Formats: sequence, C-alpha cells, structure tokens
Amino acid sequence: ELRNGKNLYFLLYKPIYLLIVAMQDPDMGVKMRNQRLLITVIPHAMTGRDIIDWLIQKYNICEEEALHVGAMLVRYGYVYPLKEPRSLVLRPDESPYRFQVSQPPLHPPAIYLAKKNIRKQGELMEYEKERYSVLHKRINHTWDFVVMQAREQLRASKQRRKADRIVLECQEQAYWLINRPPPGAHNVLDMGLERINNSSRVTLVSDITFLYFLFVKYSEQYLNHDPIMQGCLPSNPWISDDTAHWTMNAEVVPSPTRLRVERWSFSFMELLNDSMGRREFMTYLEKEFSAENLCFWQACEDVRHGENSRIIEKVEDIYKNFLAPGAARWVNIDSKTMDKTLHGIRHPHRFVMDDAQMHIYFLMKKDSYPRYLKSDLYKNMLAKAVVPQETKKR
Amino acid sequence: MACQGLQSGETLASLKKESDSLKKKLEEERGKLNDIELHQVAEKVEMLGALSIKTKRLLKGHGNKVLCMDWCKDKRRLVSSSQDGKVIVWDAFTLNKLLTSSGDGTCALWDVESGQLLQSFHGHTADVLSLDLAPSETGNTFVSGGSDKKANVWDMRSGQNIQSFESHESDINCVKYYPSGDAFASASDDSTCRFYDLRADREVAVYQKDSVIFGASTVDFSLSGRLLFAGYNDYTINVWDVLKGTRVSVLFGHENRVSRVRVSPDGTALCSASWDNTLRIWA
Repeated sequence: ELRNGKNLYFLLYKPIYLLIVAMQDPDMGVKMRNQRLLITVIPHAMTGRDIIDWLIQKYNICEEEALHVGAMLVRYGYVYPLKEPRSLVLRPDESPYRFQVSQPPLHPPAIYLAKKNIRKQGELMEYEKERYSVLHKRINHTWDFVVMQAREQLRASKQRRKADRIVLECQEQAYWLINRPPPGAHNVLDMGLERINNSSRVTLVSDITFLYFLFVKYSEQYLNHDPIMQGCLPSNPWISDDTAHWTMNAEVVPSPTRLRVERWSFSFMELLNDSMGRREFMTYLEKEFSAENLCFWQACEDVRHGENSRIIEKVEDIYKNFLAPGAARWVNIDSKTMDKTLHGIRHPHRFVMDDAQMHIYFLMKKDSYPRYLKSDLYKNMLAKAVVPQETKKR
Repeated sequence: MACQGLQSGETLASLKKESDSLKKKLEEERGKLNDIELHQVAEKVEMLGALSIKTKRLLKGHGNKVLCMDWCKDKRRLVSSSQDGKVIVWDAFTLNKLLTSSGDGTCALWDVESGQLLQSFHGHTADVLSLDLAPSETGNTFVSGGSDKKANVWDMRSGQNIQSFESHESDINCVKYYPSGDAFASASDDSTCRFYDLRADREVAVYQKDSVIFGASTVDFSLSGRLLFAGYNDYTINVWDVLKGTRVSVLFGHENRVSRVRVSPDGTALCSASWDNTLRIWA
C-alpha cells in the first residue's frame, strides 16, 4: 500500500494522507450514514462519536488523544461540522460531520485547484496536484451517480432542498472561519512570513458534482423568470411593442405580479434587491419592533455606494442613530464587532461599516427573513398577486 | 505536522529517482482519469427548444466603432460609448437619443451604481480588459480579465488577489458573473468562452466549436443563467447552453466585430454593440 505508484504523497505528508484515506475507506473507515439534522436528512455524514471511536480503535490511543486528533481535523478543515458550523470543534457525540474531501495539508493546493499560479519552487507542487486527482477519483465513488439520481428523485421535497442549503452553508461557514478567522481567533493557515499569491487556502467545496447540481437547480428555479427562455406576461415589450409588462412591473405598483412576489422567497438578497420587497419587509419588521436593523443596513449600503464627499457625514449619522449608547434606533451588534466599528469610525472610509452591516444582514437573513416568508403579510401578498393574461404576438 | 525522516537505505538521490518514476506513473494515471463534467450532470436536464431571437431595434447614431454599452436599471435605457468620442444615452425602446456628450467615454459610466469604485481600480492594472462586480450579499469582490490570459478575483477593500484562473490560451477580453455570484464566464481571443466556479476554484466548462475560430470579445448571461451570449470578432453572437455546453443559436446581423453584449436588467432583451457603428436589440 505504501509503495504503490499512486501514493507519492506519503513522501511528505504521510500521516495526514494515510489518515484521511483510511477514514474514508468504504469498508474499514468511519461509519457513514444519513444524519438527521433537526428534520432534515444529510447523506454521507458521520457523528463526532463515531470519528472519535474510530480513531481510538485505529490508533490504539486513549480518548483524550483521539479528541485532540479529531479537533485538529476540524480546525484545519479536513472535516466540517453540520451543526453549529461556526464553531470548529469536534464533539464526541451525535453531532454530524462531513469530509471536506479535497482537503490539503497546509501547504499544497487541494485537488480541485486547476489554476497554474502554484509556485514553481520544488517539484512536489506538481506531484501534489496529481496526487489529489487520484484521491478525488477514489472519493468520488462515495458520491457517484446512484446517489445523485436518488437525490434527483427527492428533489421535489422541501427537506431535500433544505439539506442542500444546510450542507452548503455549513461548508461555507467552515471555509470562512478558516480563511477569515474572527478577530482573536487563531489563524490555522498562518505560516509565518507572508508569501505572495499564497496558494495554501482551504478550497471550499469537495463535491464538484454537488456544485453542478446547484447550477442545474438555480437555472430551474429561475426558468420562469427568464423572458428569453420562457417568454414573459403579458408579452415581451421588445417583440410585441406593448409596454404593459414594464408598467405592471414598475418599481411602485398597487399590486405586484405573482412572479415578482415569488422571487422574494428565492433568497434574502432577492427580497432586498426589490424596493417593493424591501418595503414589505420593513412593514413586517416594524410589527416585530426590529425595523432598525433594516434601516441600519440601508444606511450602511448608502455609505458603501455613495459619494466620497459624504462618507464622513453619513457615518456620523449612523453612529448617532444606531450605535451610540441610548441611540433612538440602537442595533444589537456583538461587542467585538461594535468595538472594532467604533474604533474604525474615528477615521471613516467607505468600508468602515462592513463588519457591522454584515452582522445585521445575517441576523435578518437567518431570523426575520424566514419568519417573514411564513407570515400572513407575505402569504396575503402572494395570494392577491397578479398573473397577467398573455397577449398574443402581433 | 513534521515530515518523516529518511528510512534506512534511503538517500536523497534514491528518493529523487523514485519520485521521478512515480511522477511518470502518476502522469499515466492522470491520463486515465475521467473527471466528471458539468454536462454529464446536466444530462437529465431537458433539452432547450429552438430559440427564435431576432433583431428588434437598430440604434444608429455613432460615427465610429461602438466599444462599450450597458443598460440602465429602468430596463429600457442604455448608455453606449464609441471611438467617435461620444457617449450616448438612448431610450432603446423608442430609439430616441436622450443625451449625447463628447468626452473620453471612460468606463465609469458603465456601472452607474458604483462608478467611483470602478475608477479606483482601473488605474492599478494596466492590462485589464474587463471587470465585473460580484452580485453577492457580501458584495466585496470583483473579477478582472486581462491580456495576461488570467482571470483574477479581487477583494475590493484590501486590494488582495483572492483567486486566479489561468486556463485560457490567449487574452481574456471579457468576464461576467453568473447571476448567483458563485461563478463567472470569460471570453477570450482563443475563440473559447469558459465557465469557472469560485467555490470549487476551477474551470467547469468550455464553450467551443470547431467552426468558431475567431476571438470572443464579450459575454453575458440570460437572467436565469441558463444561456450565455457571446460576441465574436467574426461579427456573430453565439448562444450557448451553460449547463450542457452546446451551442443553441447563432445570431447574424452585425457587419463588423461585436464589441459588447448585455442582457437587459429584466432579462427581456439582449443588446449588442459593434464596430459597424450600430447597436442591436435582440429578443
């Protein structure tokens, strides 16, 4: 096994390479199963307990050491948590985890790096690339088309979509935590002297087929909204010379179209990108007494996209209205972000509000937005939305 | 984690010899590898029916090559710039010229929302031929393509180069984000367009055809991201199925190179600008 032609990698990173491959062995590796995450089922996941038990058994070590090894695996991104993805720890319980399949050891790039900007120093760069191509092929067996087809069949169910979203979000969270560690957190990618064009980043996603799947689903979701593909109602103005479509979809209309209102449910960004959607959401937030969040977000957007000359004035307003102690529309930001922002405000620039803005954005996205979609306000909007009659082409 | 030390019987020379031979073996293995492609996953997706896309408007008014254009948010006005030194704002629907001005037609006018940001970056990279801002919720990155054959993704705030893609064989003339912001497409003098996924950090599709031998100068996606419109130096626009990798349509009409294509904000039409001094609206 050690000497066969495929395992060049052992020359430099034998311990890590062997471990990951062994963990993923279909017969002798860590038990993989469908993990329940609340009411969703995530395929090909492992529990923290199983990982620890497997490490204990495999290496004949005690629990403490196994916990340490497991913690390193999560900290460096080889394995990522599906529950509480912002906390990169390995819990020795039923908590679900998945492999970031193409994980590199710290230095070499991951399997999916096709880019050529890898540093040419040292021959091993080439080998590392090739080594991971082989690994990719092996791992793909656990994510082959049989699984894909099963997923397609389940596609219609909400649970299925939710699983995708959860998995991808967890991966994303792990990625950002590793690559942009929060202030004060240990940066596991820190390798001392800065290198130009450092290619040691953790690559985000392992399952390339999963990503392809997402492209397919995105285009399906938006198909009815793509006039060049499916036409639009009542007609495409450019073809029929009738501007009714634009009139019905103007920024401000008494009664928006069904497609438009539906689109607000595709993503939080879609809701915010539509001025009418934003207004509706504001109305909802007012009922929940959290409208200051959206106001704050809008004020921050204004700083980011507005004139240079007014940045200082706008940032002062934001401080007065949203951040100062006892402010009329005080927003709830964690203390670290608040401290960093207050410090930055002393020398305002275009991006000074970014961290705070992102914090509030994700707060709304995770909390208020899903509830808005379930609210009567939204449901009524959808129910009375207009579906224009198709007018025939001239 | 520390590397393993030399085992007994091994020397650096012997290891090097071994690694050379393993390298050869790996290259053989690599040749056998069958990487999964996007179009395989898209096999189950319904084939696109024949598209009927025709010129619906012809905007004449420039005195020389039209180099750049973009749509206004109101979905029917657009702005174009030309080698004749003029910038014209049109109501494309009625063919009225709303505003003309002469000047140097800088690219700040393309993107009304963040004109200031674009300017501050254009100065740094002399050989950048195109850039596009990411439509993401964190909205801090943009992608650029240049005559160094590279497409680079940048962080707007730090100026850092986050990702880099180099698979084209010639200058990249245009880059454009996929609507979700997770991927982007590029158009190159090597006569191909390519599709890159930012999460997987790799190229995932190449749009090419033996019969397409002229450079591609511009790309844009349809609203759903299913179609990719690409303008070429052979005066045509090819319409590609992004998922399946096939070409679904060719648009003829321009009498010189197509310099720019842009889908309108509501996705109802495509505008193309050309060195034949005209702009066309297709629907």
